[in-house]
Order: sequence, then C-alpha cells, then structure tokens
Amino acid sequence: MDGQHTLRSFRRLSVGTRLAVGLPVLSVLVLATGLVSLRLGPVPINTLEVVWAALSTVGLDGPSIDRTAQLVIEQIRLPRIIVGAAVGMALGLSGTAMQGLFRNPMADPGIIGVSAGGAVGAVTAIAIGLVDLFWLALPAFAFIGAALALLLVYGIAAVGGRISMATLLLAGVAVNAFLGAVISAIIYLIPSEGPLREILYWLAGGLDSRSWDHVRIALPPIAVGAATLALTARDLNLLALGDDEARSLGVRTGATRTALLAASALVTGSAVAVSGSIAFVGLVTPHVLRLVLGPDHRVLMPMSALGGALFVMLADMAARTVIQPAEFRVGVLTAFVGAPFFVFLLIKNKRQVYTL
Amino acid sequence: MTRLPQPEVAVHGLAYATETRTLVHDVDLCTASGEFVGLIGPNGAGKSTLLRMLARVLPRTAGTIRLRGRDLDTFSAREVATNLALVPQTAPYTQGFHAVELVLMGRYPHLGRLAAESAADIDTAMDAMCLTETDAFTDRTLETLSGGERQRVFLARAMAQHSRVLLLDEPTANLDILHQLKILSLVRRFVDEGLTAIAAIHDLNMASRYCDRLVALSEGRILAQGEPVAVLTPAILSATFGIRAEVYADPVTGSPVVSPIGPADDQAHTHETIQGEEQHG
Repeated sequence: MDGQHTLRSFRRLSVGTRLAVGLPVLSVLVLATGLVSLRLGPVPINTLEVVWAALSTVGLDGPSIDRTAQLVIEQIRLPRIIVGAAVGMALGLSGTAMQGLFRNPMADPGIIGVSAGGAVGAVTAIAIGLVDLFWLALPAFAFIGAALALLLVYGIAAVGGRISMATLLLAGVAVNAFLGAVISAIIYLIPSEGPLREILYWLAGGLDSRSWDHVRIALPPIAVGAATLALTARDLNLLALGDDEARSLGVRTGATRTALLAASALVTGSAVAVSGSIAFVGLVTPHVLRLVLGPDHRVLMPMSALGGALFVMLADMAARTVIQPAEFRVGVLTAFVGAPFFVFLLIKNKRQVYTL
Repeated sequence: MTRLPQPEVAVHGLAYATETRTLVHDVDLCTASGEFVGLIGPNGAGKSTLLRMLARVLPRTAGTIRLRGRDLDTFSAREVATNLALVPQTAPYTQGFHAVELVLMGRYPHLGRLAAESAADIDTAMDAMCLTETDAFTDRTLETLSGGERQRVFLARAMAQHSRVLLLDEPTANLDILHQLKILSLVRRFVDEGLTAIAAIHDLNMASRYCDRLVALSEGRILAQGEPVAVLTPAILSATFGIRAEVYADPVTGSPVVSPIGPADDQAHTHETIQGEEQHG
C-alpha cells in the first residue's frame, strides 16, 4: 500500500528528476548483476579476481591474477554477459517504440515480422549446413532475414501510397504467420536429425558460447538504433496520441515514423542475429516500467533499455545456475518467469494499466 | 472589420479532394488578427477538413494558405506548431498521460529536441490549466476525466502552445452550458488581446454571441460570410442547414438569435413567426 503510493508519487516528478534517479539506480543494478553473473560458473572465481579480470580485458591493468580465471572471464563470461545486456537493451527499446508507435500495449519487437524473418534466415542457414562452414553465416542470415521481413511488411502496408499503422499491423500479423509456416516447413523437410536439434535450440533463444565476435557485430547497430530512438522519444509521445496530434505539434510524422521503424528493426534484427528469439522481454519491460514511470517516452525509452538489459542478464544468470552443470535456454526462462509476472502485474494494477 | 492591413490568415482557392469526392471546394477566407471567426454548417460540411488543412495536419489538394503574408508551405513543422494551435474535435488515445503532461506537450515545439521542460514551461502549463479550470486534475490520467474535462485540457494545451492563431474544432461539444460560456469567453478574451481564433461551432446562438464573423459552409463550399447579423438570416440558414428558421435580436445581449422552426421543405408549418427586428445591437 505504502510502496504503491511511493511509486505513484515518483510518477509525478519531472522528466529530468525521474531520469536522474532512475538511470543511476538501474545502471547500478545492471553492473551489480553483471558482476555477480561473472562470478557464477563451473570455475570458481572470487569477486576481486572478477573485477581485475574484467578491468584488464578493457585495457586497465591491475594486479595479475590466475591465468585460467583471466581466460574464463575474458573469453567466456564477459562477452556472453555483454551480448546479453545488448540484446536486452535492444528488445526493451524496440518493445517501447512498437507499443508507442502502434498505440497498442500488445505490440512487441516481433510485431513487424523482424523476429520471424530473422528466425527464417537463421533456420535456413542451419538447415543448408552453412553454419558449419563459417560461424558468421548464422547472424548474417538472421539479419538479412529480419531486413527482408521488414521490407515485405512495409511494402505490403505501402501499397496504394499512404502507410497506415493498421495495415502495417495486419501485414505484420500475416507475414508472421507465413514465416512461422515457413519455419515449420523447413523443420519438417529436413532429412537428418542433427540440424533439427540445432534449429530448435536456436529458436528457443540463448546466449551460450557468445564471443567477442558477437559483441562486435551486435553492438554497433544497436548503438545506432538506440541513438535514433533516443532522439525521437519525444516525438513518439505525440505519435502515440495520433497523427493529427503529432503533426499539429510540429512532428514530421512520415519521416519520424520511418526512422522509428527502421531503428526498431535494426536493433531487433541485431538482437535476433546474436541470440535467437528471446521471448517476452520487449513486451513486458516497457509495461512494468510504464507502471512506475508513466508513459513519457523520454523517460521510458532509456529506462526500458536498461530494464531490458537487466531482465535478460538476470534470466541468463538463472539459465546458467538452475540446472548446473547443464544450462537452460534463456529465451525459455524469460517467458517462463516473464509471463506469470506479467499476469500478476496486470491483475494487481488492473485499474492503472491504461485502456486503449 | 479589418483592423490591420496585413491579414493574419489568408486562404485562397483552398480545396481538398479524395479520389472519390471533393470535401472542400475553392475556399477563400481572410481573417485579421484579433478576430474570432466561427465556422458554421451541417455535419460533413467540411469544417473539420478546413481546420485541419489550416493547421497543415491535412495536406490540401489545391490553394494557398498565407500566415501574415508568408506562404504556410515555407514554414518548418515546428514553426507551424508555434504559430498555429489545433484543438482536435475528439480527444484521441491518451496512453495514460496525466493532464499536466498533455498540457506540457504544448511546449514541445518551443523546446530543443533533447531538452526537458523548464520551470518556466511548467508555469506556462499551470497558468493555462488555471485559466481553463483544469488545475484540479493535473495529476489525473486523461482516461479518468469526462469528455468535457478532457476538452478543456486540450484547450489548455493549445493555450500553453502560445500560438497567435487558435484553430478549434468544436471546442464546446460535450460541454455543459456553464463551461461552454466559460470556454468561449476565454477564447474571446484571448482574441481581444490580439490572438486570432477560427472555430467550428455547432451552437448557432453561441457562435452568434461570441464570434466577430461567421462563415457558413455547406458541402465544402462557403455560402456566406460576414458579421453574425449578416450571415444568420432565414435565407442563408435555409441554404446552409436546410432549415426554416427565424432570427431575432436577443433582448439581453442584442446578438442575433436563431429560432429553428422546422426542416425547410416542411410545408405543414405556416409562417407563425416571431417577427423580431433583425437589427443588430
């Protein structure tokens, strides 16, 4: 009761204050989760060693530590955690953008077909055996698939000139269904069992054996997309109210919407390319944060980036520990934990959740 | 009635057509600054379409719009927003924004892309909310407000926008009589201080009382424009609305009052009229 009241008062603070409090809090949580996560694993490493190893990886030399510990941190755990954070960030950002853009709380990063397109690309690369030839084939195919799916959805919605969000949404639904069928067909038609397991594994979404290569291919596009979304956050407040609203308050709706869609597709495509389909993060993160922070995208956008990162990092931490020494799929865990939590929130805040 | 040589808004040959039909035909309209223009006409006459074109929310298919002599097309999107404020007819989705957050959006066009509202912007918003008597529900989400309350919040936003021209699409729809009077008096006050207002108004008697000039629209064409006493005549009302009406001077305010009698083609009624002196003032 008391906590609820505090949350509602926080919602009333100015944009600057909400960010000034919220960003450091979430950043500290992200860093702390990262540190704890670096400690976890079959090779025991203490916190101090973790810190030194992490610092030396980014070029800051501290006291030298155990060689194995250094390698485990540098080559296995750190890149994996960074990829997880980047993916979560991407999903949080694009989920927020999609919910605002489509004026629909059901919207998630996959709504414009990008995730399904990425999945078809990846599944194809696995099925035809390209992945065994060179590792980059998987993310490259996933990314191309994501881009093609977006163009297809956008192209369908653009038939006849003006793009309406309703047609975009429906085109997304149709393309998602179609691409789902394509994946099923590929799985059905694959002759051998080997790639099948790999495909199912990839479709569940995961962060295992992510390397610095994955960091390098995912981070730049996610950074570009994040910057674009940050610049358009205020316009998104107005676009979420309606096109007339936005235009009468000085937003160039066409250009802004295209920028928002492209940026969301870019970050989602990059995330899918390095982690597969991690479910639920893009849907649930903006919702949870909106309850506390309100709907202003200038606050919601950066906070959802950090919130998404935190969500995926926690899920990854759990995935690595719950059934040790084996590993759970991160994408399965996010939905496993995320869905019930989301339902709990919905019931608890039935009155606060905005109606559309 | 032109008080300044330079018209505030000058519209020439304005038209809007879809593939299948023309919604606004060849509209010429000129307003001086410090003028309150009322658009009257039946549903579908093109009042909203006209207002949306003036706000550059809807791209016109023909014609020119000049704002203080400058072609509206040469304005940047932000310049349009700082010069023209549109109060929409129906409050759209509101996404859980608090009333004060919505009013603060009126300040967006004045802010840098990454700037947050300053204390001065918040003061401006609070002043606008005070004037429209919406300050009692600053921290309520718009979903929890009544239609009329929402309407007033949107008006507050237009005021916080500090534009010289207010475009109002039925600002008094959904409002009770007290708030109709309050809102229109408020717009009148702003106009008397030098702003220009163009408003679609359904209630002819309210339009007559508060507007300097009325523009009668029907099927996308202007049938008449001028002072209320010149526009609110039985002949023009019949042509515009298809009604038979009598007009008399209000004994208290002196403004013309329309007394609708029936549909224009209704021959059953005889000319049982109130033979009011159709003189203004």
